[in-house]
Amino acid sequence: MESRDIVIIGGGPAGLAAAIAAHEAGCTDVLVLERDVQLGGILNQCIHNGFGLHTFKEELTGPEYAARYVDRARELGIECRLGTMVVELTPEHVVWTVSPDRGVHAISAKAVILAMGCRERPRGALNIPGFRPAGIFSAGTAQRLVNIEGEMPGREVVILGSGDIGLIMARRMTLEGAHVACVAELMPYSGGLKRNIVQCLDDYGIPLLLSHTVTRVEGINRVEAVWVAEVDESLRPIAGTEVRYPCDTLLLSVGLLPENELSRDAGVELSPVTRGPVVDDALQTSVEGVFACGNVLHVHDLVDYVSQEAAAAGRAAARYVANSSSEAESQTEGTREDERCLSVVAEGGVRYTVPSTVYPARMDEKLLVRFRVDNVYRDRFVSVYVGNKRVWHRKRRVMAPGEMEDVSLKRADLEAAVGATTIRVTLEEE
Amino acid sequence: MTDNLYDVVVIGAGVSGCAIARELSRLDARVCVVEREEDVCCGTSKANSAIVHAGFDAQPGTLMARLNVEGNRLMYEWATELEFAVMQVGSLVVCVSEDTRAGLDVLLERGKENGVPDLRIIERDELREMEPNISDDAVAALWAPTGGIVDPFGLTVALAENAAANGVEFCFNAPVSEIERDGDIWVVTAGERHLRARAVVNAAGVYADEMHNLVATPDDQLRIIPRKGEYFLLDTTAGPHVRHTVFMLPTKMGKGVLVSPTVHGNLIVGPTATDVDDKESTDTTAEGLAEVATKSSLTVRDVPLREVITSFAGLRAHQEAHDFVIGEVSGAPRFFDCAAIESPGLTSAPAIGVMVAGLVREGLDLEEKPAGEFEPTRKGYVNLMALSFDEWSELCEKDAAYGHIVCRCCRVSEAQIVDAIHRVPSARSLDAVKRRVGATMGRCQGGFCSPKIMELFVRESGMRPEEITKRGPGSQILIEEGRA
Repeated sequence: MESRDIVIIGGGPAGLAAAIAAHEAGCTDVLVLERDVQLGGILNQCIHNGFGLHTFKEELTGPEYAARYVDRARELGIECRLGTMVVELTPEHVVWTVSPDRGVHAISAKAVILAMGCRERPRGALNIPGFRPAGIFSAGTAQRLVNIEGEMPGREVVILGSGDIGLIMARRMTLEGAHVACVAELMPYSGGLKRNIVQCLDDYGIPLLLSHTVTRVEGINRVEAVWVAEVDESLRPIAGTEVRYPCDTLLLSVGLLPENELSRDAGVELSPVTRGPVVDDALQTSVEGVFACGNVLHVHDLVDYVSQEAAAAGRAAARYVANSSSEAESQTEGTREDERCLSVVAEGGVRYTVPSTVYPARMDEKLLVRFRVDNVYRDRFVSVYVGNKRVWHRKRRVMAPGEMEDVSLKRADLEAAVGATTIRVTLEEE
Repeated sequence: MTDNLYDVVVIGAGVSGCAIARELSRLDARVCVVEREEDVCCGTSKANSAIVHAGFDAQPGTLMARLNVEGNRLMYEWATELEFAVMQVGSLVVCVSEDTRAGLDVLLERGKENGVPDLRIIERDELREMEPNISDDAVAALWAPTGGIVDPFGLTVALAENAAANGVEFCFNAPVSEIERDGDIWVVTAGERHLRARAVVNAAGVYADEMHNLVATPDDQLRIIPRKGEYFLLDTTAGPHVRHTVFMLPTKMGKGVLVSPTVHGNLIVGPTATDVDDKESTDTTAEGLAEVATKSSLTVRDVPLREVITSFAGLRAHQEAHDFVIGEVSGAPRFFDCAAIESPGLTSAPAIGVMVAGLVREGLDLEEKPAGEFEPTRKGYVNLMALSFDEWSELCEKDAAYGHIVCRCCRVSEAQIVDAIHRVPSARSLDAVKRRVGATMGRCQGGFCSPKIMELFVRESGMRPEEITKRGPGSQILIEEGRA
C-alpha cells in the first residue's frame, strides 16, 4: 500500500494552506487529494473581490487568492492529486481514493488532515411547500453556472436566505441583467457579513426582508412565482402577510453544512452545533492523528481565517508525524489521555468554540479560540474565565451570528490556574 | 397506412404500462407505448411509498388481493431477471393501543385468506428486539416477512428497457387527446401522431378515467379521484432508524403514516391521504407536511426529521369501489382498461402485466415469439455503493469513467450517467438520470452534480445547455437567450 506522512483531503483554501504549512514545518512527504480537476475549491467560482485583506493586505478575487497558495504549493513541490475523490477513511488512517487514472487506490497515512469544506443546505431541508419545478437553485450552484459555465439560470429572481453566497449572487445576477426582487431572511438578522449587505444589496437597491420566508412555490415545470410572508417570533408565517412575487428563479442561501461523511466513517466525534469535528488546541479530532481545518471544521466567514486555521493544522500534523517517528524509536511520550486537559465551554450567547479542549502542556504560547454568537449583540464584553479567573475581557460594539469572533489564550494563564478544568467563553453586559 | 398499424397501443408508461409492455413483448406483436410525459415513471409510479406489500390489506376475493399476493411473489423473481433493486425487509403493522388489538387478528385472518405466507403476530418484547426504535406505546404487531421495499424508478425503467430490447416502441411527450374507431381499428391521437391499433390498453394512471370515458357508453363512465399523499425523504444517515417497513394499525385517531427504509438507504415517512380535484396537483402543502411530521412519532420514536433532504407529493388513482379496474370495456372491443391502480398497485405491477397481456393475447389471438427470440433478462445499472473496492477497481480498469465520481452524495460515476443517456428509452433530462442511476438524489439534492450532468448531456447527446431540462419541455434549467 502507498504510504505517506500526511494526507490532506481537499485541495481548497484549507487543504492548500495546511499542506504548505506542514511542508514549511519540515514534513515534506505531503499529499493533497482533490476531487475536482483543479485546485482552489469553491474559490474558483468566487470571482468577486474582497479576499485576502487580512492575509495579503490587498483585495483579491477568489481565483487570485487561491492562486497564491497553488503557486506556493508548486514551488515547494507538494504533490496534489486531482480528479481524486476519497471514498473512505478508516480510523487507522487508511485513505481509499478513486480516480479515473488510478481506479480505486488505498493510501496509508501517518497523519490525515480533513479539509473537505462544506455544502449548501438544499431546498428539501426547508420543507417549503409547493411544486418542485426547475428554477430552484442553491446560490452556490447558480454561482457556478454563471461564473464557470457562463450560463444564465434566471431573469426574475427571489432569494431566500441572506448567507454570504446569497448576497453575492444578488449582486452577480443583477450585474448579469437579471432583476432580483428581494432577499427574504427568516431570522431578524442577516446570516451574512455586514459589508456584503451594503455592497451587494444596498448599493443596488435590493430589499432585504428580515423575518420573512418563502411559504409557497408556484409553477409545475419552471418556477412561476413564489410567495413570501412575514414570520412571527417563533418563526411561523403570519397569516395575511403573504406577497406573491412573479419570478422564474428562486435562489437559496440558507446555510452551509460541513461535509463530514468521511469523518463519521473514521469514527471522528462531531459537534451537534457546528456539525464539524470536536478538536483540541492542535485541531486534532477525537481520532489520534486526524486533524481538521476550514469549513469542514466549522463554517467560516472569511477565507483568511480558513487559511490561518489550516496552517495551524498543518503545523500540528507535521509535529505529530515528527513525534510519532521519534516515539517509535524511544517510546517515551504518552498519549493525550495522560495529560491535563481543559474543556472550553461556550456560554451566555456564545454558540460554540473551536477548539473545545486545550492541552496546556502541548499548546503554543498563544492560542486563538474562534467562536460565533447566537444573536445580534451590541456593546457586550467577551469574557474568558480559566477556572474562576477572568483572563480576557474586551468590549465589542456589535457582534452578529454572521461574523466569526475570536479570543486569544495564553499558555501561562492556563498553567497558572493549576486546579482549573474549564475555560469558559461568555458574553457579559459589563 | 400499414406501417403505422400496431397490434397494441399502451397508453401510459408508468409501472403498469411498462409491465404490460414487457409481458406483451413476449408475443409476436407490434407494440407501442405512448406517454404524455418525457420519460417513463413520471406520474403515480414515481411518487409513492416504494413498498412491496405482503397482501394482507386488500379484501379477500378482490382483484387487488389476488394481484397483490401474486405481484409480491413475482417482484422478487423479476428483480433477479431484470436487475432492479428490491429488498425483502419484511413489514410490521404496529398496534399502539390495547383496545385496537383485535384489528391485528382481522389483518392476520385476511392475510391468510389472501394467501400471504408466514404471517404472525408478535408481542411487545420481540417487537422491541426487531425494531429498537419502535414507539413505547407499541403493544404488538403483525409481522409479514414477505413485505419489502423496491426502487419504483428502477423497476419501471427495467421493465421499459427490457420491453424496448424486445421490440416495443416508446413514444414520449405524446398526450392522448382522441381515441376513435375506424372499422376494426382504434385510432389513437397522441401528440402529433395518429397511431392505428388493433387493441388499446388504458394504463393512464390518474387520467385513466378520461381515456375510458372517450370510448365507453354513457352509462359506464369511470371516475378516478386523485388522492394526494405527501412524504418526507430523510438522509441516509437516518436510513437505519428502522429496519423494516413500519405501518400503524389504524385507530380512532386515524391511519398514521409509514416509516420505512428505502432501497437507496434513506428513510421515507408518509403518506397523507387527501382527495383533490386537480390531477396535476403534486405540490406539497404546509398542512400535509405538518401532518406527516406529527404522525411519524405515533409508531416510531425520535424520527430524526432534521435530516429531511426533500419532501414530495404523489397522487393515487383512487376509485370509489376501491378495486383495480382491469378488463375489456363493454361496447369497446379490444380496448382494455388497467385503471384505478392505487396502492398496492406498485407491488401488483408484475401480476398486472401478466394478466393484462393475457387478456390482450386472447383478444387478438396472438402467438408467443419463436423460442429464443424473447430476451427475458436485462442488465441493471452499476451500483457503486453495492460493490466492494476490488470490484469497483476492476470496473475502473475496463472503463476509467467509473473512477470519475459525478454525484458525490450517492456515489454515481460518469460511466453510469453516460450509460443512462445512451440506453433505450434514453434519459433526456436531469430527473431521468436521477430515476435511472440516482444522481442528484442525495443530501445535496444536485447542488454539486447537476452542472456536471449538464456537461455530460452536452457532450454525449449534442444538446445545447439551454435545451437541457429538469423533466421535459417547459422545465429548462437555464434561460435561453443568454446574457442581457
